[in-house]
Amino acid sequence: MNTYWNKPAETMEREEMSSLQTGRLKEIVTRLYRQQPFYRSKMQEQGLLPEDIVTLEDIKKLPFISKQDMRDNYPYGLFAAPMSEIVRVHASSGTTGRPTVVGYTKRDIGIWSEVAARSLVAAGLSKQSCIQIAYGYGLFTGGLGIHYGAELLGASVIPISSGNTNRQIMLMKDFGTTALACTPSYALYIAETMREMGIDPRETKLRTGIFGAEPWTERMRQAIEAQLGIKAMDIYGLSEIIGPGVAIECSVQNGLHISEDHFYPEIINPVTGEVLPDGEKGELVLTTLTKEGMPMIRYRTRDLSVLHREKCACGRTLVRMSKVLGRSDDMLIIRGVNVFPSQVENVLLGVGNTSPHYQLIVERKGNLDHLTVLVELTEEMFTDEVRGLEELEAKIKGELSSVLSVSATVRLVGPKTIERSEGKAKRVIDKREL
Amino acid sequence: MIINQLSVFVENQPGKLAEVLGVLHTHEINIRAMSVADTADFGILRIVVNEPEKVQHILRGAGFTVKITPVVGIILSDQPGSLYEHVSKLSSAGVNIEYIYAFAANSTDKHARVVLKVDNLTLAERLISGECEATEPYRDDACATPNFYW
Repeated sequence: MNTYWNKPAETMEREEMSSLQTGRLKEIVTRLYRQQPFYRSKMQEQGLLPEDIVTLEDIKKLPFISKQDMRDNYPYGLFAAPMSEIVRVHASSGTTGRPTVVGYTKRDIGIWSEVAARSLVAAGLSKQSCIQIAYGYGLFTGGLGIHYGAELLGASVIPISSGNTNRQIMLMKDFGTTALACTPSYALYIAETMREMGIDPRETKLRTGIFGAEPWTERMRQAIEAQLGIKAMDIYGLSEIIGPGVAIECSVQNGLHISEDHFYPEIINPVTGEVLPDGEKGELVLTTLTKEGMPMIRYRTRDLSVLHREKCACGRTLVRMSKVLGRSDDMLIIRGVNVFPSQVENVLLGVGNTSPHYQLIVERKGNLDHLTVLVELTEEMFTDEVRGLEELEAKIKGELSSVLSVSATVRLVGPKTIERSEGKAKRVIDKREL
Repeated sequence: MIINQLSVFVENQPGKLAEVLGVLHTHEINIRAMSVADTADFGILRIVVNEPEKVQHILRGAGFTVKITPVVGIILSDQPGSLYEHVSKLSSAGVNIEYIYAFAANSTDKHARVVLKVDNLTLAERLISGECEATEPYRDDACATPNFYW
């Protein structure tokens, strides 16, 4: 069995890695300054020239990019290659109904496949593996990202996509699936359904899980490993950077190795923007060093993590990020879908012409996330008839599920019943014990 | 007789009704009539009081969602068929009753009282007072149907 997919890259000495990163950084900054209007104007605002970037440290001089920049430049404003070179577009949900769009050149797809293949090998897969990909295929990067990596590796791919759990389990048994790729909460749901169907996961060939796209904790890992009798590996990625495969756990399971020859990580203080030293918790900021279609310079992921650069017991020298420890914004991930409280606010504005106080309550019922939206009833929304209020609830519910792509229970509550701090309603209560 | 009824939104939880009643009690407001419509999550408390505008202001100030809803109040003679008589006037005129509830006055009064919420308040009041009579629905449904289709 392979230990590494790309040994030279994954075990490169620090000095060599730094010089590779420096060279690539200078190259991409120069290219963006010359060819990409958005980045050029961002640099000009700071009075920066590509020549100002001499060492890796100099990356600090460059401004951050946020999801808002992507929205402001919807859909293709951040692309750095002509559409004739773009071979694929993916998108994730945005706060105002506008998705954030990412584009890939042929070479980008190659890089993505490479880092995804590295990830699968680090997680213990090989050519002999049979991987069932139960991430959604389509605009979401999860399905196709792992798919291309697994094919490059030479594993047998079952591109089943998400949903239809009974069928997932039937094929898992019949096809001899050895690895399952999906969200961790879906893995638990599959385990529960197997129990209900009277199937012992240990009698299947399933040995490994590649789980990501939503936050999960060590406790959840233990539950999945115990219930499915497998090794559960954490994979990290985000469409803005490339998709799944930005970082992966190795057999040591002590942090996720970032493919830093392609994605340069920094940890910053989310409030001041100051770069923090290794070992300190802060917001992960990523720079793509090789991407062509839509490079990202200092993209603020909003994910909180810690970086460690010591060599890992697995032999990799690639920097490790801790499991994601939370978010520095109010984004929620519900059943793998990104949800922002402001999306709910927009829906309520649209329905009632007013912006009532509201609260999102996220719970895990069984193994699935459940979203309840409490809405404080205003006099404008209030009708004297039960039917009218029920119609209002149904209308809000319908709009929410179409905007969020996640279904929600809507409950009307009385004024001032939602807890407030400093006059502002507490928007989110996450009761999930991950 | 048109009455300005108060409708109060109340969550379907222990103590919520008591909160409203407590506010009324503090301000020495007497409830003349009441009914509660309920669902699993919430209820609508409907009350008839003296000086509804003032009470609305008080309840609003206490943090409740309150609306004034005009309804029809009828005083009935205490004998079989008296409610039927009024309701049949409304039904033959095609007036829809959204909800209805009854309440009692003091024990010496031999009359029963009901409150009706209808979809055509003015017409309902005229029908009940005997000011007019109707033999066919006031709404011509044929006109409501568009005579063209997309």
